Amino acid sequence: MQIPIEYYLILSAFMFSVGVVGVLTRRNAIVVFMCVELMLNSANLTLITYSSYLGDTVGQLFVFFVMAVAAAEAAVGLAIIIAIFRNKLTINIDEINILKW
Amino acid sequence: MSLELILSIVFGGICAVTALLVITRINPVISALFLVVNFASLAGLYLILNAQFIAIAQIIVYAGAIMVFFLFVIMLLNPESEKKFFSHKPYIKIFTVVIVAIVFVQIIYMIFLAQPSEELIKESAKSVNAGTIEQIGRELFTNYVLPFEAAGYLLLAATIGALVIAKKKFE
Repeated sequence: MQIPIEYYLILSAFMFSVGVVGVLTRRNAIVVFMCVELMLNSANLTLITYSSYLGDTVGQLFVFFVMAVAAAEAAVGLAIIIAIFRNKLTINIDEINILKW
Repeated sequence: MSLELILSIVFGGICAVTALLVITRINPVISALFLVVNFASLAGLYLILNAQFIAIAQIIVYAGAIMVFFLFVIMLLNPESEKKFFSHKPYIKIFTVVIVAIVFVQIIYMIFLAQPSEELIKESAKSVNAGTIEQIGRELFTNYVLPFEAAGYLLLAATIGALVIAKKKFE
C-alpha cells in the first residue's frame, strides 16, 4: 500500500507551525535559533516528499543548498549571540531591544 | 500494514512529539537534545522516501555539525533558565498559539483542497533513481554548478564573518 502524500505534507505543516510558535514565544535567543532550524527542516521534508513522489532529483538538490545555507546561518547567528552576550551579559530577547522602535 | 507504513508512522510520530518538546522544555540543553532526535527521525523519513544521500547528509550536517555547534554555544554562555512555557506573559503566548493554529488549519485545508495524491502515484523505480548520489552529483555539476559554487562562497563568507563577529576586540 502506498502512503498518501498528504501524510508527509501534514507532518511538515505541523512541524512548521510548531517552529513558528517557538520563534514567537520563546525568550532564549538560542532556542529561537533552534526553532528556525525546525522550520527549515519542515520545508526540507516537503521538498524531499515531492522529489520522491515526482521522481525528480532537483528537490533533493535544493535540500542540499538549504542545508548549506542553514549551516552558514547557524554559524553567523550564534556568533552574533556570543557578541551580544559579551556586551549585555544576557541572551533574553526581551532585554535586547535597543533597536526596537 | 506494510513495513514502510509502520516505519513512517513511527518516525513521523517521533518527529511531531520531539518538535513539541523542543519548544516546551525550559532547559535549552534538553531542547537541543530533542532537536537532535527530531533530525535523526527526519533522516529516517528521508530514507523511507528513497533519499539516501540527503538522509546521510542530514545526520552528518544537522544532527552532527550544527547541533554540536549549538551545544557548544549553550555551554559557553550558560544562559539563565527561562520560566515555564505559559507562566511569563501567558496571554501573548496563548494568542500566538491560537493564531498559528488557525494558519495550520488553513494549510491543512489547502492540502486537501488540492488533492495531490489523486494525481501523484509514486513510481518506485523513478523515485529510487532520483535519490542516488550519482544522480544528485550529475545534476549538481551540470545544471546547478553556479548555485553550487555560490553555496561554497557563502560558507566561506559565513566562516570568516562568524570569526570576525565573535572576536573579542577589533585591532
